[in-house]
Amino acid sequence: MSSTKYILGIFDDPDDLMHGIDKLQKNSVPIYDVYSPCPIHGIDAKLGIKDSRLGYAAFMFGCLGGTIMFSMVYYMLVHDWPINIGGKNFFAIPDFVPVTFEWTVLWTAFGMTFTFFFATHLFPGRAPRVMDLRATNDKFIIAIDARGNTPNADIDSILKEAGAVEVKHNDRKYVSYE
Amino acid sequence: MSSHSESIIREPLITGENITYGQITDDVLRPVENMPGKAWWIGFSVASLGALLWVVAISYTFWFGIGAWGLNKTVGWAWDITGFVWWVGIGHAGTLISAVLLLFRQNWRNSINRSAEAMTIFAVICAATYIGAHMGRPWMAVYSLPLPNQYGSLWVNWNSPLIWDVFAISTYFSVSLVFWYTGLLPDIATIRDRATGLRRRIYSVMSFGWTGSVKTWQRFETVSLILAGISTPLVLSVHTIVSMDFATSLEPGWHTTIFPPYFVAGAIFSGFAMVQTLLLVARKVLGLENYITMFHIESMNKIILLTGSIVGVAYLTELFIAFYSQAEYEQYAFMNRISGPYWWAYWSMMTCNVITPQLFWFKKIRTNIPLAWTLSIVVNIGMWFERFVIIVTSLHRDYIPSSWAMFYPTWVDVSIFIGSIGLFFTMFLLFVRVLPSVAMAEVKLILKSSSEQAKRKLLESGHVEPAEAEFYINSLGKFDSVEQSSYEKV
Repeated sequence: MSSTKYILGIFDDPDDLMHGIDKLQKNSVPIYDVYSPCPIHGIDAKLGIKDSRLGYAAFMFGCLGGTIMFSMVYYMLVHDWPINIGGKNFFAIPDFVPVTFEWTVLWTAFGMTFTFFFATHLFPGRAPRVMDLRATNDKFIIAIDARGNTPNADIDSILKEAGAVEVKHNDRKYVSYE
Repeated sequence: MSSHSESIIREPLITGENITYGQITDDVLRPVENMPGKAWWIGFSVASLGALLWVVAISYTFWFGIGAWGLNKTVGWAWDITGFVWWVGIGHAGTLISAVLLLFRQNWRNSINRSAEAMTIFAVICAATYIGAHMGRPWMAVYSLPLPNQYGSLWVNWNSPLIWDVFAISTYFSVSLVFWYTGLLPDIATIRDRATGLRRRIYSVMSFGWTGSVKTWQRFETVSLILAGISTPLVLSVHTIVSMDFATSLEPGWHTTIFPPYFVAGAIFSGFAMVQTLLLVARKVLGLENYITMFHIESMNKIILLTGSIVGVAYLTELFIAFYSQAEYEQYAFMNRISGPYWWAYWSMMTCNVITPQLFWFKKIRTNIPLAWTLSIVVNIGMWFERFVIIVTSLHRDYIPSSWAMFYPTWVDVSIFIGSIGLFFTMFLLFVRVLPSVAMAEVKLILKSSSEQAKRKLLESGHVEPAEAEFYINSLGKFDSVEQSSYEKV
């Protein structure tokens, strides 16, 4: 039995890579993942990846931050330590606006970014699990799970036909840092 | 990628003929992966001497208190808050370039956003040190936060713009930092995957394990867009709030409703000028002319022209309102600015901020690098004078003539200011050595649609209207890193 775990189609050009995805899909070869040094627009629709829901997280965190700050200011300024300044209202909403706004933004930014890190398994010092070191530089890579898949030679030829400059058979999932 | 297409008559955002994805990485990482050149060492030595001066002057201030500054009973804010507002303003262009231009899909931001964001971070650090120092007892800074304390129900005064400022600046700094660092992750991963040994380990920790898979990119772009969406009102709010420090007081010359938009325009104005000052040198020293092109320089000069004109209108509006209000203290404040003992500061401000940027109406000046660089410094000087004029001329003669006084800076004032510039440049020079100063991933994104070679390919394909092709070829002269002769065959 072959020891190949993943087949990598390595492309120089993102358009060729898109073409490769089309060809693989036409031949019913499931794609494990695609790695690229820059975002490729339109690829998520092609691979059937749903829209990111980070916007909802951002909204929720924003609401939370704004509410916390507004409540905090209300508690401190109106309830806990009201100061009579020339008989003005204790509950002077316009004065609440700047800080409430700032915290809404702060919580949105931090909440959403940490959600992004959490969802994508990114954190300081995490061992980078790349399949090919060039994927962060100048190569566009399609990874295909080799086990239980169409004969590997067929996949190789599909990738080559689509314009892959190199086809690699990896017997480990991650090559660089393990 | 394949869905991108761009009009031929738009100027290319990446010049040069044989640019590949790998070439972009090599070009951008050259200063990071190699020993620094002579120019860097000279710059770094001068800047770190400045930073040393800052350390000395700040330490002196902390030891002896702000009595070491030239402040007096009448002028209680002078170079400190001038420096603070100036630095915060400089920071603004970074967020503007990152956020507003991203929202407006201005792809020319891609090669300048990284340095501009770094500039923001460093400028806000400089601004924050001023705030810390001017408190006199910086270890008491903790009382500006609403923390439970031993005095019972003693909270900060939420009605005060100074507290709004604490929240605005700290939010601005942290959100800018998050935006900047998140954007850096793919590029740090690029450095990591090319490095060996200790460098690889360090960049590996810093890269958070970035792999560049499709889903990561998709989420990354969503995060960038939302961060841009919330940073845009944030950047407007920050300088608006800074202006409220003044506008909510009853000081003649400060108590004015035009301050928020006026301060915001001034901030963008000075920020873009500083980006120009930095990048015109950096592109040459770091060899990034193909990525930071004449089009980028010209676009930024146009923004300087626009915001400079807005600032000019704001100055004239202030004068008109003072006259029209018939408020004698207000009128005196402005007469005093124009013809009082600080007339030279007022007229320096007017010359540098209103008159000289108008030279950018001329294309020849807009596209002349030495002139653009000189004018960007002139703008920075003018914007410093603007803050000085607002603060000192209003304070030194207010309602009670018996307390009128003059402000004279001491060596500590001057050293902190010059030192903060040294500190800023030290941080910036270190940044260009350890992190990519151009957002590689974002530049790679536009290589296939907006580069010169993509347009050349489009021309060669013959699917372009002859008039458009002619327009494009005729406009080639202004791509400073390109020879027109290479187009003769086309």
